[in-house]
Amino acid sequence: MLKMTPLNQAHRDMNAKMVDFGGWDMPLHYGSQLDEHHKVRRDAGMFDVSHMLVVDIEGSEVRNFLKRLVANNVDKLTLPGKALYTCMLTPQGGIIDDLIIYFLTESWFRLVVNAGTADKDIAWIMQQRDSLAPQLQIKPRRDLAMIAVQGPNARAKVWQVIPGAQAVTENLKQFQSATFENYFIARTGYTGEDGFEIVLPAQDAVDFWKKLHAAGVAPAGLGARDTLRLEAGMNLYGQDMDETTHPLESGLAWTVDLKSERDFIGKQALLNAPNNRQLVGLLLLDKGVLRGHQPVITQHDSAGSTGGEITSGGFSPTLNQSIALARVSSQTAIGETVHVVVRDKQLAAKVVKYPFVRNGQALV
Amino acid sequence: MSVPSQLKYTTSHEWVKSESDGTVTVGITQHAQELLGDMVFVELPKVGRKLNQKEECAVVESVKAAADVYSPLAGEVVAANSELESAPEKINQDPYTAWLFKLKLNNAADLEKLLDAKGYQDALDNEAH
Repeated sequence: MLKMTPLNQAHRDMNAKMVDFGGWDMPLHYGSQLDEHHKVRRDAGMFDVSHMLVVDIEGSEVRNFLKRLVANNVDKLTLPGKALYTCMLTPQGGIIDDLIIYFLTESWFRLVVNAGTADKDIAWIMQQRDSLAPQLQIKPRRDLAMIAVQGPNARAKVWQVIPGAQAVTENLKQFQSATFENYFIARTGYTGEDGFEIVLPAQDAVDFWKKLHAAGVAPAGLGARDTLRLEAGMNLYGQDMDETTHPLESGLAWTVDLKSERDFIGKQALLNAPNNRQLVGLLLLDKGVLRGHQPVITQHDSAGSTGGEITSGGFSPTLNQSIALARVSSQTAIGETVHVVVRDKQLAAKVVKYPFVRNGQALV
Repeated sequence: MSVPSQLKYTTSHEWVKSESDGTVTVGITQHAQELLGDMVFVELPKVGRKLNQKEECAVVESVKAAADVYSPLAGEVVAANSELESAPEKINQDPYTAWLFKLKLNNAADLEKLLDAKGYQDALDNEAH
């Protein structure tokens, strides 16, 4: 039996093509993935992301607990409402999950974790809690739904639907959040566009979704979510990183605090980790479409080395060209030409700095 | 689901149209384009290539996935619709006019071995169950 979000019927009513996404019955698209992609880049689209899990951690020791639990440093969170993107690592430095942590009060932090990893995340967090801070309360919040409204006009359309929220959210900077009535509103997202991710009671989700739709926000499915995040150069857990890879070879060094004295789970392993691979962007020069797991041949591959591999690839609707994230030798430099094995051909691709697209603008 | 009655079909979702000059025209069905979604790339066989029945001979790629196209019958490629290379979305717009390639069959009688519209519709119904 597939798991369903509170919006399941609403998706079906909008003629969504539904797919099994890690055990969840989710919308892939509502007709055209390309149209949904462009709508988010140019106007406003909305995604049901209620399959992701909100986890509240409450107790006076929560900050110290998180300083040990995750690779980024929650001491960067000084203002209530501020958010932090981070990895949670195994003692070996492998990535258990990537997540966002919101600082709400000194005794209440909110985590948002991936759907496919939610169960193992909760088990891991509780196990660490039991040994480090047994009095902390870990609260998975399946009573909540989450809707991402993204695009240049997204915030204005949210304010059209909940006018009262404008005053408390219009001055939010990126990665800040505020609460209005039953809405927890964060200026975050997974598209490279402006917008909000909004957490609300599950029973209010359908009504809110319909009002957003009436305000001209287009429903967008997981297909568009994937092409948007790839253009935005954002990693997808399970594709671009997992427990067998560490953040430094996943383009996430910027999220790891190795400078402070703080000791976090996985830190020692990262300090000792080989640094011979990196995540780079690829722009396909030949015709075709890059896809995950295609081998990447670079001039730095030595005989017997496994070479590189695409971790996420696809067609970029904004660039009208294929792009990819690939894990290759750390000697590979921006601007180099590499070759990707696609079926019986080797296609030329240029190594580029990513993101590929931000705020509607091509960057490559 | 649209399955035009005058065409022949394969279980791998190609349609085949018999032309008056003795060649056949090949494309992918409405069902196939719906499954794949927005098309973004097409790779066609070269004119002159000789194909066996069920040989992989073209690739259609959507935003979602790549799919092989198989030659419905044995024959020689006599034309390829290169217009699709710059406008693959035509397959989504009308899969029955956006043909991929034309074949001169090794044996014209082979055409009768393919599914008719009812046979293909039945195959789709079985696939859905």
